[in-house]
Amino acid sequence: MITLTIDNQKIAVEEGTTILQAAKKLGINIPTLCYLEKINEIGACRLCVVEVQGAKAFVPSCVAPVAEGMVVRTNTPAIVKARKLVLELILSDHPMECLTCVRNGNCELQTLAEQFGIKEIRFDGAKTEYPIDDSTPAIIRDPRKCVLCRRCISVCKEVQTVSVLTAQERGFDSVIAPAFNAKLADVECVQCGQCSLVCPTGAIQERDDTDKVWAALADPKKHVVVQTAPATRVQVGETLGMEPGSIVTGKMVAGLRRLGFDKVFDTDFTADLTIMEEGNELLQRIQTGGTLPMITSCSPGWIKFAEHFYPDLLAHLSTCKSPQQMFGPLAKTYYAEKEGIDPADVYCVSIMPCTAKKFECGRPEMDDSGYQDVDVVLTSRELGRMFKQANINLPGLPEEEYDAPLGISTGAGEIFGASGGVMEAALRTVYEVVTGKELPDINFKDCRGITGVKEATVQVGDLPVKIAITNGLGNARKVLDKIRAGEADYHFIEIMCCPGGCIGGGGSPIPTNTEIRLKRIDATYIEDERMVLRKSHDNPAVKVLYEEFLEKPLGHKSHELLHTHYTPRGLWQEEE
Amino acid sequence: MVACECKCEEPGKDELSKQLELIIDEYRGKSSGLIQVLTKAQELIGYLPKWALISIAKGLGVSLQEVYGVVTFYAFFSLIPRGRHKISVCAGTACYVKGTNMVIKTIREALGIKPGQTTPDSRYTLEIVRCIGACGLAPAMIIDGKDVHGRLEAEQIPEILEQYA
Ligand code: SF4
Ligand code: SF4
Ligand code: SF4
Ligand code: FES
Repeated sequence: MITLTIDNQKIAVEEGTTILQAAKKLGINIPTLCYLEKINEIGACRLCVVEVQGAKAFVPSCVAPVAEGMVVRTNTPAIVKARKLVLELILSDHPMECLTCVRNGNCELQTLAEQFGIKEIRFDGAKTEYPIDDSTPAIIRDPRKCVLCRRCISVCKEVQTVSVLTAQERGFDSVIAPAFNAKLADVECVQCGQCSLVCPTGAIQERDDTDKVWAALADPKKHVVVQTAPATRVQVGETLGMEPGSIVTGKMVAGLRRLGFDKVFDTDFTADLTIMEEGNELLQRIQTGGTLPMITSCSPGWIKFAEHFYPDLLAHLSTCKSPQQMFGPLAKTYYAEKEGIDPADVYCVSIMPCTAKKFECGRPEMDDSGYQDVDVVLTSRELGRMFKQANINLPGLPEEEYDAPLGISTGAGEIFGASGGVMEAALRTVYEVVTGKELPDINFKDCRGITGVKEATVQVGDLPVKIAITNGLGNARKVLDKIRAGEADYHFIEIMCCPGGCIGGGGSPIPTNTEIRLKRIDATYIEDERMVLRKSHDNPAVKVLYEEFLEKPLGHKSHELLHTHYTPRGLWQEEE
Repeated sequence: MVACECKCEEPGKDELSKQLELIIDEYRGKSSGLIQVLTKAQELIGYLPKWALISIAKGLGVSLQEVYGVVTFYAFFSLIPRGRHKISVCAGTACYVKGTNMVIKTIREALGIKPGQTTPDSRYTLEIVRCIGACGLAPAMIIDGKDVHGRLEAEQIPEILEQYA
């Protein structure tokens, strides 16, 4: 243990602790900007400087380790002045667009400027002139608002191992971008949006598609239906000031009705359907010697990652579309037929915790209904924005029910939102289908939690089923490299692109960190337990769908509407 | 040779690419060798074209962004072919006010190249730099990193350039 003094208080901490962490234990909050726990600890911005007795200069507390007998001051007038200087220098090259900025009211830079009472910028510096990159359907980069904190680089490289961002040039010309200042659309970016979650400012953000939805809602000819992803009901409340982990299922349904959607449906319904298709696909592969391990295909960031980095393993991916993309074609065929609506008039909106879903809905093959299956995807953040604009006070709304039939779901569909949820839902169904017996305990606790790689063996009748579950693409690599090396004997693998699963997706409310992810996961399993039905094959609306329309899992209609194929993609910006 | 945007193959690329692979072999799979490999690659080719960066990234098992980040961080590395003489036009505040744009325009007219380019006869490379500390002589340029030419006027510039064969 190391003993030191911070602001006249003594504390003993373990060796290797930083001054920032030690101060936090004492309840002293040192302001930071570039620092992001465990992900970006690089000491770049120097906002967190403190005075250490005997040291010649101020030290950045987020990277400086404690030392025996150290005497630290965190808020002398000289330090406050130094921090203000850092902020003023950043602001001298910053477009002052707060009023029209997506992060207005939720921006770390804005908060710091307010906290330090910055009233004028004494430096009239030149302004960075790099253009906005809006080349992708999901992510927009505005280098003018970048404070060069490098969090996005770290998250993209260390957590997602996609590594498409880098700092280039020096000094004033520094810019964060892909090599050769290429556009995101031209590199391996998987559109996961994790960079947009960690960016302290509006320099990386989702493409805002709310205008398209407002326009559809205003069009009397359009029959506008909405589906809500499993994770959204434990997220959207946060965008309107509710506590992380608040469950707003019924309120969100009520709010969506008040926005004017004709039908409020649920992606949980097609999550249940996914289990029927994917569970049967797994059994078929096991019984007929198909490609194993089979890997889940719900996460469009993961799909794009596989297409770029593991094109040789694409045969391992389940051919099932994601629940979002199963919903689209059903809304424009089955549902439209049933209701006697011209599918051309059905406008299909989804609410997702995910930016990559925006990319997914525009994939050229996603038009099996004869139209673009899903017309527009909004993130949880954008839905929060629509509620605000419509003056809908979400916390005060009554709880309402989803519409039938595409809004009926089970707890199995709900847990898709947390890492391990697809696996658990699949096991609940596969077990009962194979053994014909009821599960003694439907909670597969081994599947749960945010550990990067989870492994287990589950006895299904005579068959020991070996499974693995990963979240965050860096963890996916560990398992994928094993498959490549021929060292993996799993049957079934769940891969989610984002840390913690969809509840930590790139379209989640900001902030999203480990603590908040855990709260949303807890809320997800509470929702599961509250459901009357908790197994996908018990979903009555899914049963009717098979009877009336699809006939059977993996049948002809299913293949036409619910299954897909993948596209190997290049690496390294190489010209084909 | 002009750094062109077209996709034509540069002369001798195959041969250079073979030799580059030999350099890479020594460090294959080792990201720690990045700076050494880049240095040797630049000695070999004279600059660091995109195809070379891609080969190096693949060979060492690092991302293209990482390689590119290092290349643009150190002034020593060049992404464009270099001429025999480097013309660095100062764009510091004093020079800028007194006519950096005029200097660049004049050079452009005389040599037919933009900043960041090299003349087809490999004689000159033109670049813009931050303040070179010759504010008293604004507008100024520095050639080959040592000869400062100051208080420039358009008529003199071609003569000055002529001195560098
Ligand atoms: S990024 Fe923050 S400080 Fe900058 S314009 Fe947007 S809200 Fe204002
Ligand atoms: S969206 Fe994901 S892959 Fe693309 S730059 Fe951001 S973190 Fe990297
Ligand atoms: S884009 Fe955002 S996260 Fe990335 S360096 Fe700039 S401010 Fe930081
Ligand atoms: S927060 Fe410590 S240097 Fe940026």
